Amino acid sequence: MKALLVLPVLIPLVTAALCYLSWPSRRVQRFLGMFGSVCLLAASLTLLVEVRQNGMQSVQMGGWPAPYGITFVADLFSALMVAVNGLLGCTVMVYSLASMDPDRESHGYYPLFQILLMGVSGAFLTGDIFNLYVWFEVMLIASFVLMALGGERAQMEGALKYVTLNLVSSALFLASVGILYGEAGTLNMADLAVILRENGHTALVDTLAMLFLVAFGIKAAIFPLFFWLPASYHTPPAAVSAIFSGLLTKVGVYALIRVFTLLFVQNVAFTHTLILVVAALTMVFGVLGAVVQNEFRRILSFHIVSQIGYMIMGLGLFTLNAVAGSIFYIVHHIIVKTNLFLVSGVTRRLAGTYELKKLGGLYSLYPGLAVLFLVPALSLAGIPPLSGFFAKFSLVRAGLESEQYWIVAAALGVSLLTLFSMIKIWNEAFWKADPKVASESPGSETEGKAIRRGKGRPWGTLVPIGLLALITVCIGLAAQPVFDLALGAAEQLMNPEIYIQAVLEGRT
Amino acid sequence: MEVLLAFLIGGLYAAGLYLMLGRSIGKLIVGLVLLSQAANLLIFTAGRLTRAHPPIIPEGAMQAQPPFADPIPQALILTAIVIGFAVLAFALVLVDRTFQTIGTYDLDDMKATDT
Repeated sequence: MKALLVLPVLIPLVTAALCYLSWPSRRVQRFLGMFGSVCLLAASLTLLVEVRQNGMQSVQMGGWPAPYGITFVADLFSALMVAVNGLLGCTVMVYSLASMDPDRESHGYYPLFQILLMGVSGAFLTGDIFNLYVWFEVMLIASFVLMALGGERAQMEGALKYVTLNLVSSALFLASVGILYGEAGTLNMADLAVILRENGHTALVDTLAMLFLVAFGIKAAIFPLFFWLPASYHTPPAAVSAIFSGLLTKVGVYALIRVFTLLFVQNVAFTHTLILVVAALTMVFGVLGAVVQNEFRRILSFHIVSQIGYMIMGLGLFTLNAVAGSIFYIVHHIIVKTNLFLVSGVTRRLAGTYELKKLGGLYSLYPGLAVLFLVPALSLAGIPPLSGFFAKFSLVRAGLESEQYWIVAAALGVSLLTLFSMIKIWNEAFWKADPKVASESPGSETEGKAIRRGKGRPWGTLVPIGLLALITVCIGLAAQPVFDLALGAAEQLMNPEIYIQAVLEGRT
Repeated sequence: MEVLLAFLIGGLYAAGLYLMLGRSIGKLIVGLVLLSQAANLLIFTAGRLTRAHPPIIPEGAMQAQPPFADPIPQALILTAIVIGFAVLAFALVLVDRTFQTIGTYDLDDMKATDT
């Protein structure tokens, strides 16, 4: 089933093209977008099952054997990420159908959304470092337009910062690829791994590792390169924030994990210790940024930064269990964080604002929504039995096994602060009395309620939120199978031989 | 030649970064362009400079005789130029729209979304 590897890229491409062809009709675009997303989810899940059962898959574009042609590889890690990409594409798509304004819809929201999914899938599946750059650019250009689509003042400001820093990162990435090619004479990642290992450890390899760390670090929003993220992620519509928060930084994390398990493993004492230190700083500064914020989505944006720290903590520890913990964490985080952004969009729709000071009383009006917020929020903070607990538990256990007690202390302290700021949102938005109602006479409370009810129940927006919350609970209740999957992926990552063989000899 | 190009690339990086550190969004874009061009030249130089040896396989031989110019860096640069061109076009439109929406070229007046 070689075609299966290409489908996660091909399906969004075809869908986007069809959406562009049916430009005048929003209805057709909505239908096509939904249909394409469902197909993508089906294809990516099939790919995951296939890779789980039959081992790593690779396909050479145009029949040119590696390392001359462009290779697509799906190891368990890639397949898992593509599957989560498909899941997110589907759920956020449903949310978009219910919440996106007609103006954005008729200016190409759906085709851009599909192109974004295509770029992300491509980045996860490619086995060629220059091709990775190309997929990054595909993903970025779609995200640029999605970020600016609508042209509100805050969006333009956010987009300008987002575009600038991501372009700097791309220029750095491109330069590092050029130097890497000059050093090794190949671009195929498996071939690069072999050549870099034969060349042994040189100062140039360390320099390259650092260049890649900075280039991917900007995209992944690690300390001290994360400032573009909290300045821009809270500006576009909630559906766009949600898909960005779920996928874009995680592609950066994926690229970091890929190059620092496959290519730059000659000087682990230096590179991975540095990553570990950066991980701790990212966690701490991200969460401290979140604690002082008073706007729903700004808090969530800073929490993305903080959570990125956990994801690269496992990479920094660089043991089997730690990398498995990282992978588990990424999967958990994508689902939970996207869900929180979607909830923030619903509260905005119901109460008209993201400012926590102006929100309030949502629990008494919409207890169901409050529960749907509480599930991912507590999962983010790591309360058992939700998915976040097991994600953090596996990382902390790996940290203790490696006797890196300071990073464990940082991780635990940060999760306490995460709980604090989730509780803050809960208290301000859901639990306290509505400031608008409280300032009026007591009798008008029911009246206010009636007016709000009149806006209608946003079922279409609640379905994806409920689904993602359910998945969080399921991962928590059935943590072992998911962790086994992550462990299998980590085993492949920690033994680059498997990857190299799958690509260079076409064996699986 | 390599030394000369190295200085040129360094100069382009320095000029690009300097322009990006300013407050004008117009200069920001020019800075970005210089950065991407510097990266292109860097790939070109890192891929070894070979003069007057096109990578053509002579008649009867199975492969080209070294030394020959490596075509891959040039292919990479070509791809990067195309991508850079598209991104530049988008960035220019973005800057124009930003100016229309906010009414200023000064980055210091765009702090509303910062934290």
